[in-house]
Amino acid sequence: MSTVVDVRRVPPRRRSIARRKATDLVIKTFSWIGAWFGIAVMAFIVYEVVRRGAGALNVAFFTQATPQDVTSNAGGFANAIVGTLAITAVAALIAIPMGFLGGVYLAEFGRNGHLATAVRMIANVVMGVPSIIVGVFAFAIIVKPFQHYSGFAGSVALAFIMLPVMARTTEDILNLVPNELRESGLAMGAPRWKVTLGVICKAARGGLITGATLAIVRVAGETAPLLFTALSSPYWMTGLFGPGGFFGGPVANLTKTIYDFSGSPYPHWQQLAWGGALVIIIAVLGMNILVRLLFQRGKQW
Amino acid sequence: MVGTTVDEPTQIQSQATVIPPRLEVAEDRRGVAEDFDGLPSEISVRDLDFFYGKEQALFANTIEIKKNRVTAVIGPSGCGKSTHIRAYNRIFNLYRDQKARGEILFDGDNVLSSQIDLLDLRRRIGMIFQKPSPFPMTVFDNVAYGLRQHYRLNRADLSNRVEDALKRSAIWDEVKHKLNEPGNALSGGQQQRLCIARAIAAEPDVLLMDEPCSAIDPVATAKIEELILTLKSKYTIVLVTHNMQQAARVSDYTAFFFQGRIVEFGPTTKIFSNPAEKQTEEYITGRFG
Repeated sequence: MSTVVDVRRVPPRRRSIARRKATDLVIKTFSWIGAWFGIAVMAFIVYEVVRRGAGALNVAFFTQATPQDVTSNAGGFANAIVGTLAITAVAALIAIPMGFLGGVYLAEFGRNGHLATAVRMIANVVMGVPSIIVGVFAFAIIVKPFQHYSGFAGSVALAFIMLPVMARTTEDILNLVPNELRESGLAMGAPRWKVTLGVICKAARGGLITGATLAIVRVAGETAPLLFTALSSPYWMTGLFGPGGFFGGPVANLTKTIYDFSGSPYPHWQQLAWGGALVIIIAVLGMNILVRLLFQRGKQW
Repeated sequence: MVGTTVDEPTQIQSQATVIPPRLEVAEDRRGVAEDFDGLPSEISVRDLDFFYGKEQALFANTIEIKKNRVTAVIGPSGCGKSTHIRAYNRIFNLYRDQKARGEILFDGDNVLSSQIDLLDLRRRIGMIFQKPSPFPMTVFDNVAYGLRQHYRLNRADLSNRVEDALKRSAIWDEVKHKLNEPGNALSGGQQQRLCIARAIAAEPDVLLMDEPCSAIDPVATAKIEELILTLKSKYTIVLVTHNMQQAARVSDYTAFFFQGRIVEFGPTTKIFSNPAEKQTEEYITGRFG
């Protein structure tokens, strides 16, 4: 080694304590403002929706269908609530198992293979597609061929939004499970699928359930994908088939009904729309808080 | 039922008449007295090469693992000790870019052959990892995992075997009232003995131990070392360790690895008192590594 490195002792840098404290204060203040700004916006929305919507929540709201007579003060959102539950549930039934299996493939089998890399990239792109376009897509593949709107078409649109979310969440959560556990399972002479389902997914179950719930919550409040698919209806859903059924025709749902009613000139209808908004917010917030409380321990891996 | 059921931990102690004094190699260690070539081999490794992608990690490893003996694998970090034993049960197959070449003869078959039944191979060659890794289930189900996978047993037989495996792993007294509690609620040392119970419940022939004590405290380590000495009457044990005192305390034979090659292999007494190779001596005496 010919280069000589200068390692003579140099005095350490001296900083002004007052300046350091000032910098610290500035950073802290901005972080504080940023955090509280977010919370304040959230709080304001919740406050306003509760203030205006609480009055609408009565027995009729949860038992009667949307009103058609503008002069009466009767009617509720019950048909829309039922419709939203049905559409979201069917979407979850389609997307959660598929998304889960896709996520298992990405995390356990595909890993860094070409197919997995492509699937992962496509999932990321699909997650960024505007939801109105997903609605048009469902229109093209379900509504157009069958020549009518349907709740099922709405479910397909929502499922399409949930699928990549569920797959990527599953992958991320399974990746948190340490490799030692995979190796231990395989070292016991268990086949790969058994280790994956019985050990790996079991270790990650809290996170997986949380992920699935958040994927449902994510689409429960969507409006745009339903505009071209489930549309809306003033009636109760009448079973599965036929013009009023889940597969046979438009199905009432909360978000589209809120959209229609909030734009109406009738105070009672507007009041109902606020009530609908409150119900969605309570449901979404409630689910969020519930799964986070129940499965906090699920993140142990 | 399992051949020899040991009921009392005291009996386990009494069986282990070969426990040597700590920190020095026991003079009566069988490795020296015996005729090495006369002992049956459990595993014969011939010219084992190993690759991580294009990088070669093991070079022509050749070694005889003797039946019912403890073979220690020592060497500095990154020398290939873990890589070497991870080839025996083909656990490296989990990773696509890892490849092994050569012969690992076990019960007449080449483990590296594509014809081998991996699930049965792994039943017969159990493995204990560095980090205790209980499955996310109860203590009982952890031990029953391999039994359920490889045997058809009725409920009574299953619980007998679980109890037996826990007794032979010297952990029964600590967990007999916790069989339905989650396995990862136990302490680290208990978890590691639980993993040993899980491995021996499936009735393997060989136990591969990959630095089983490096994540646990000295008291728990002592318990596991005692356990190794009792287990060797029934199993062939290959122990990877970076703790040379541990190798001296529990092993009959020692292999010294350096940069992917087996520099020296022989009776532990000889390796630690009179090594043939200079590199071995330098490592043993702490001059490098």
